[in-house]
Amino acid sequence: METQQVAIRPTLSHAGDTRAASRVLMDNWWKQLGEADATASPVANTFVMGSLAEVLNTFDLPMSFPEVAALQTAVKGKSMDYLLAAEDLGYSPDICGYVKVDIGLHATGRDHPLGKYPKPGMVIASNMCNTYIKWAEFWERQYGCPVFVLDLPGWRGTGFEYDSSSETFRNDVKYVEGQIRDLISLAAEVSGKKFDIDKLREILGNVNRMSELYRSILAMNKNKPAPFNALTEGINYMGIANILRGRPEGVEFMETVLTELEERVAHGVGAVPDERFRLLLVGTACYTNFREFVGMFERWDGIFVASEYMSYAGGGIDRGLNYDLSRPIESLAEQILITTQPSMSGIFFSHEWQAKVAEEYDIDGICYHGVKSCRTTAAGLPDAREWLLNNAGVPGLFIQSDLVDSRLWAPAQMRNRIDAFFESLQSRRIQAGV
Amino acid sequence: MEEELSQIIEECRTAVEDPEYPAVHQWLEANPDGKVLGHFQVYFPEEIAHAAGMLPLKMMGFDSSVQIREADAHIAAFVCSILRTSLEQALSGRLDFLSMYVTHPICDAARHLTGVWTRRFPEMNCQILYLPQNATSPHAPTYLLGEYRRIAGIVEEITGAPISDESLRTSIEIFNENRRLLRELYRIKRETPWQIGLTDSYLLMAAAGAMPRERHNELLEVALPLIRARDNRPQDKLRIVFEGGYCEQPPIEMLSVLQDVAYVVDDDFMIGLRWLTEDVSTSGDPMQNLAVAYLEASSYSPVQRDPRKPKEDMLQERIRESGAEAAIVAAPKMCEPALEEQVAYDDALTAAGLPHLIMEFEEKTTNFEQARMEIETFAESLLFEFA
Ligand code: SF4
Ligand code: SF4
Repeated sequence: METQQVAIRPTLSHAGDTRAASRVLMDNWWKQLGEADATASPVANTFVMGSLAEVLNTFDLPMSFPEVAALQTAVKGKSMDYLLAAEDLGYSPDICGYVKVDIGLHATGRDHPLGKYPKPGMVIASNMCNTYIKWAEFWERQYGCPVFVLDLPGWRGTGFEYDSSSETFRNDVKYVEGQIRDLISLAAEVSGKKFDIDKLREILGNVNRMSELYRSILAMNKNKPAPFNALTEGINYMGIANILRGRPEGVEFMETVLTELEERVAHGVGAVPDERFRLLLVGTACYTNFREFVGMFERWDGIFVASEYMSYAGGGIDRGLNYDLSRPIESLAEQILITTQPSMSGIFFSHEWQAKVAEEYDIDGICYHGVKSCRTTAAGLPDAREWLLNNAGVPGLFIQSDLVDSRLWAPAQMRNRIDAFFESLQSRRIQAGV
Repeated sequence: MEEELSQIIEECRTAVEDPEYPAVHQWLEANPDGKVLGHFQVYFPEEIAHAAGMLPLKMMGFDSSVQIREADAHIAAFVCSILRTSLEQALSGRLDFLSMYVTHPICDAARHLTGVWTRRFPEMNCQILYLPQNATSPHAPTYLLGEYRRIAGIVEEITGAPISDESLRTSIEIFNENRRLLRELYRIKRETPWQIGLTDSYLLMAAAGAMPRERHNELLEVALPLIRARDNRPQDKLRIVFEGGYCEQPPIEMLSVLQDVAYVVDDDFMIGLRWLTEDVSTSGDPMQNLAVAYLEASSYSPVQRDPRKPKEDMLQERIRESGAEAAIVAAPKMCEPALEEQVAYDDALTAAGLPHLIMEFEEKTTNFEQARMEIETFAESLLFEFA
């Protein structure tokens, strides 16, 4: 009879701290949104990529992140109700599911499973995803709220790097800085508050600190075993990084995460009990069947040590934001460009980043999950997969489903592909004699 | 006279429909050192390439004559067809003559095309031209001018030919002439739609993006008076506007179904060729004039955000100005921007009491029966209503 090894996990004093903290913070966020709705105070709808939370927080404008809210409906098993409500209104099955969930929410009384979903008092839509702009136009038509399109010039081509003295950079910064100043005027008008540059400074300082901590958190997964799963826990870190960007509670949360992870590392505790395969996730997860999706990897002791999602959907925070507090607005424009460009518009040219991460995190394989809803993250994945295999020798798995549309979830087919992929990783190991 | 016209239309048809790009090869034979710049839909300031002696070529997709063999292995299945045929053309080597390739962030799928293209063709200069999405920002014109200068710099490097104000002015004049001729063609469609069928007018227009503009000007200079001089009789057909052809194009056969049933008196096919609605001034700084024209004197499409041009109002204006009785609000399959716009168009047209048909199309469709049925039923119901 085979003897089964049972891993004895040490008792950790910080175990569960992050989970408890994030639950409180999320609840508070929903409470704040509910109160804003009840008192008809203005709420700013903004998106994870290019949120300009720095400016919105300066005016104490509560922020609604409709992508986060849409994702949460799927995790709560409710997304299809809203999605179908939007399709009944004529929205095509072939557009972004997040948009449809949101439209459905607005059409059915704004009752989100986690609380009351407020009407927008203003909208910031960056061009980092074109669909943001369309989405914003939906609210504009429905509620007549002001829509501010934050146009962030992105990467012009592969390997594009900013030389901060270049003409292109100066041109981009001038444009973005001008827009930030315009946004400040709009936010002042909507909130009825005066702009306080010292408050902006304070918020930027908090973002600097959050960014530093977030980077340390990501780097924790270079350890073996990796202390957190970028797919499950990572999404939580990223959610809080967005909703509390620039706030002291956000800084505290990142400190809590780091402390918990440091303790795990010190005790050799990994996110999966017996880490065997280290993976990078490119694309997003499937949130309607999240547990099942995660389980398909965990049953092979596969762990997502990194995720591209934690980069671009973290609003550039992973790239090291370092605002110069002596010239806040100018620095905000510069830093937003320097960090959002590689993390967000770099999605289209992300093969070099993937190769780098694969090396730094000692990754065995990359999972490319294409979701029909999101062409922004998914359209070019098959090509990136082939490039990585041929140019960096990193094998990749390409699977497809959706973020919030359970009609596109085909578990048997997905499981087969995932199993076949792990089998191939296993035989690679055997061949390599590892 | 008719023969001359059909020869012209044939030349246009070959330039637009032949996946071997005969008009480009002809130009390259005459200009052995010439360089070609491919630009994806929707709008590109072609004058900048032209001023350095480059041939700008518009990527307009292909119908079922282009078989997808390799592209599907490089791009996800849930994207529109024009992205796939354009990529297929490149992967098959038919676009090897390109020295430079430019896309615009028109939609989330198209931005990926540049990434794929860059990985597949590392020798080619692939660029994204970021046209402003905050069109009303007071800083947008200066920013756009900077983008045009950046692109111009790359063009200069590739061609070795400096773009002087003078050469740019000359190019602008040629393109102004082209836009004037296209406006004239559209005036004919609006005022006397019986003088030219939709497929012919489409080919005459679209060829602008597929051959040297000087040649296209010559062809239109001859063709337009010939069309005007025709003695066709008006038929009792519904006058409609077709909306949804700003990027991927419906196949010619589908246009032929449309022309059987109705007069298409205005449309947004290949709107990038007609994006600038007035002559671009040649006095002062010509590059700046081009940038200002993009923002201030331009058409509309679902892929440009400009709060001064609410799309549903613009569509109604197009319907009104062309004297159309109804509209077809179409979207390419899997085209996120167009599909998202459809609901707003639908609501606005319904509120205004304007009859319209919502439909989807795909450039690669080979079965037109369903489209025919939909369009015929729509037209019949209206003819009955208007009778
Ligand atoms: S397309 Fe993707 S990034 Fe854009 S809104 Fe939808 S899910 Fe978000
Ligand atoms: S047809 Fe639509 S989805 Fe396709 S490239 Fe054009 S705008 Fe994008």
